[in-house]
Amino acid sequence: MIETLVINSLLVLMVVAVFGLTRTRNLFAVVVLSGIYSFLMATLLVALDAVDVAMTEAAVGAGVSTVLLLGALHLCKSEEAKPVHRPWLPLSLSLATGGLLIYGTLGLPDFADPNAPIHQHVVPRYLQNEVDVPNVVTAVLASFRGYDTLGETTVVFTAGAGIIALLRRRKRHAGKGDRDGK
Amino acid sequence: MENDLVLRVVGKLMIPFILLFALYVQFHGDFGPGGGFQAGTIFAAGIIFYALIFGLDKARRVMPDRLVEAMLAAGVLIYAGVGVAGLLFGGNYLDYFVLDRDPVHGQHRGIFWVEAGVAVTVSGVMLKIFYMFVSRDPQTGSKT
Repeated sequence: MIETLVINSLLVLMVVAVFGLTRTRNLFAVVVLSGIYSFLMATLLVALDAVDVAMTEAAVGAGVSTVLLLGALHLCKSEEAKPVHRPWLPLSLSLATGGLLIYGTLGLPDFADPNAPIHQHVVPRYLQNEVDVPNVVTAVLASFRGYDTLGETTVVFTAGAGIIALLRRRKRHAGKGDRDGK
Repeated sequence: MENDLVLRVVGKLMIPFILLFALYVQFHGDFGPGGGFQAGTIFAAGIIFYALIFGLDKARRVMPDRLVEAMLAAGVLIYAGVGVAGLLFGGNYLDYFVLDRDPVHGQHRGIFWVEAGVAVTVSGVMLKIFYMFVSRDPQTGSKT
């Protein structure tokens, strides 16, 4: 089936991108590769019919965060320092976690299985669409789980407020080193 | 990048459509894919694109720091305000059914304002973080 082929080839490309990420020491290449990884992820999400998430991934993961990382890279050295010791403990920890996650997926129902437990519980009520919004994702996020989304928005706000609190310690000196004159 | 002709022309062509697409994603989110978060990020990405090509100062003239910081808080306030409006109309917090005489229409109204709040906060935060990172001086590490 063509869809499975597309999804699997995208996953293989993502694995290739990850190996490229781990091999390279140039941080500029790392940032670009992680942008590529995000674009592949966004394409994969489109193939999986999760267009809402794909749009977020393309705009945030590939777009804004790449720009932010490049901006951060501008402030520091562009070559990764050599690690002090061999990363055996982190490697084994991540391998163990990955193995556990793969073991966990073995118990999951098949992809798009209509008899999966998640489709039996509250989803039928969501799909009755008493809200009368054709996009069920919007209906669930904004209405049925309004509290969740309020919390998420507060988290985003807190992130912005934290950035302001961390980076705006010094008062702005009028004219001194100001880029406005450029 | 301010003197690159190709980038300037392509940017001038693309940016209006990026912002328009953000608005489409925002207001069409009830019917198609999208919603406040996506619209906010696309809007912020459009402004960041503008800042990358035409310089930070010009972008700050479009979206001043003061406005961006106000957007940060205004979105959450809009969202929470919808909840309080539900209380005032005699329902529960974040209950949209009471926002209009017709419950379904009330839902639409509630979802509209909630999504607007999410979009405002998300685009404000994205832009603020971008401004904060880009406006730092690599030599001293201080804000310029």
